Amino acid sequence: MANIVIDRIRKSFGSFEALKEVSLTINDGEFVSLLGPSGCGKTTLLRIIAGLETATSGDVRIGDRSVIGLPPKDRGLAMVFQNYAVFPHMTVYENVAFGLRMQKADDARVKAQVEKAAGLLHIEQYLDRYPNKLSGGQRQRVAVARALAVEPKVLLMDEPLSNLDALLRLEMRTELKTVLQSAGTTTIYVTHDQTEAMGLSDRIAVMHNGVVEQVGTPVDVYNHPATRFVGGFIGNPPMNFIKVPVSNGQVVAGAEQFVAPKEAGGEVVLGLRGEAVELAPLPQGLEMKVRVAEPMGSHLLLTGSIHDQPVRVILPASETVRSGDTIGLKLDRNRITWLSPESGKSYPAVAA
Amino acid sequence: MPGPHAILNYTRRLRGPMTNNRTWIPYLLILPSVAFLALLFVVPLVQTIWLAFSDNGLPSLANMRTMAGDLNFLPSVRNTFLLTIAVVPVQVVIALVMGTLVAKVGAGRETILWIWTIPLGISDLAAGMVWLSILQNTGYLNSLLFSLGLIERQTSWLTYQTPVALFIGIAVAEIWRGTAIVMVIIVAGLNQVPKEFKEAAEIFGAGPWTRFFRITLPLIRPALQSALILRTVLAFEVFAVVYALGGRNFPVLVGEAYTWQNQNQNYGVAGAYAVLIMVISLAATVVYLKAIKVDPERLP
Repeated sequence: MANIVIDRIRKSFGSFEALKEVSLTINDGEFVSLLGPSGCGKTTLLRIIAGLETATSGDVRIGDRSVIGLPPKDRGLAMVFQNYAVFPHMTVYENVAFGLRMQKADDARVKAQVEKAAGLLHIEQYLDRYPNKLSGGQRQRVAVARALAVEPKVLLMDEPLSNLDALLRLEMRTELKTVLQSAGTTTIYVTHDQTEAMGLSDRIAVMHNGVVEQVGTPVDVYNHPATRFVGGFIGNPPMNFIKVPVSNGQVVAGAEQFVAPKEAGGEVVLGLRGEAVELAPLPQGLEMKVRVAEPMGSHLLLTGSIHDQPVRVILPASETVRSGDTIGLKLDRNRITWLSPESGKSYPAVAA
Repeated sequence: MPGPHAILNYTRRLRGPMTNNRTWIPYLLILPSVAFLALLFVVPLVQTIWLAFSDNGLPSLANMRTMAGDLNFLPSVRNTFLLTIAVVPVQVVIALVMGTLVAKVGAGRETILWIWTIPLGISDLAAGMVWLSILQNTGYLNSLLFSLGLIERQTSWLTYQTPVALFIGIAVAEIWRGTAIVMVIIVAGLNQVPKEFKEAAEIFGAGPWTRFFRITLPLIRPALQSALILRTVLAFEVFAVVYALGGRNFPVLVGEAYTWQNQNQNYGVAGAYAVLIMVISLAATVVYLKAIKVDPERLP
């Protein structure tokens, strides 16, 4: 077991800066997701930690030991690849045993470890088969078992579930969480799927354009996004951003009135989670023009505009709103994030 | 609503004549190539076999006996096999090294491959002439050795008095000429191996040699098998390079077939040699197919 310190890592490909001074500390036994859209640098960062890519500058320490100059095999880690990378010419048994064989473990230990890992991932019955005879989900289990069999200090996972179909992904997600909780391995998990990151992680590092925009627990990142990007990337539907004028330290929006953050200038962006509203009879609340109403069964999804700016809100399924209606919305004051319209960064919370 | 039978009949009526028309189209399209091969391959093959195993229109082993009793027969068998055994493994190893090296190259990869495949475009007789100009008495090799002060007068490399030098000269020329095709096949094979396999092996502690022998080599088995079969069959058919460099100082099987056909005008013995070469090539192919099994289940 080991903590990981990523210290001012930079990486350039020619003139393109893939990572701009990224620092991040991951505690022993913690599960941290690197979350972001494609091209944000998350996979590059993971590959630098693995030793498959060299950083332009900066340091990576695993268990207080700098590993930046070490080859991957001396870093005490294991990895699960997006396309599984399960060796097709070896049986499942030999695949799971591969890391142990490379460590020259004796047969008894190999057998014990393979059986243990195979048991955790429920692939005991496939051990003498070749991977081509397995489904994608089963191959991914083999890849995870191969990684866990060496009992790594650090487990790196690169979009491990993205090649699976939606149903299988959900199932594997739950199972991964169970398996990794019992293993207690420090895990870094790269994903572009925010629900995966929310469901699995102790903490999430949201990355964008080679920068870590925010690090925090899933709830923290969801409720208090540090930037407009984080609010927009996390949550489905994403956070709504409504630009509103500030006068005399007050924000007046429809019938609602708020204390503006003291750093705010003439305008401020009101960040609003789609579900942090309730229906209010007009002229109470904030006026929303509903363009489309979609009854989803569990809830009612409304798409439309407030102050001519596009928004999406969620109401209980029991409400009846139709496309074309104009409704009033009462905002949950505790769940509003105020952001700067210029920098896109959020202001410290204001007393409601 | 029409019942299921009505629908079925309707679609049958729609599709029926069309599918009937179409069944013979693939055969029609394949026919020219089949006829062409049958005419120019199967017929001569049968004729050659008959030629080899007949005498004056009757089945006979006379040609076989003449071939086996000839002074040059055993040397030509020995030389052909020695050359194949010396040349093919070296070509495969060089091609693997070249393929692995070029995989590490970023910019200029295409140019390097292009230069490496130049020998592919040269006819084998021309290749023989190139090496003759290097290795003959007044050739570039002697000029170089002389200017370096390593030899005092012209030295012969390609005579019957210098069989080892002649053998090495022919082998080097053959390696130079025939490695490109092996490399092309192996590079294509290497390109099929996703880099994640090597990365995963690296993560789990395999060094460069282990990665090559435990991961890369097993995964390029199909390419390796094709390259070996192709090169070995071609090596048993070696002729033009040998003819250019050594003439009959270095008898080989195809050379003997040529001599019996053209100089001796004895088509029966030439046919016997041709049949022998074919049998050897087929046997080599079977050996490779058995030795390097390609199980589609164990491929990426």
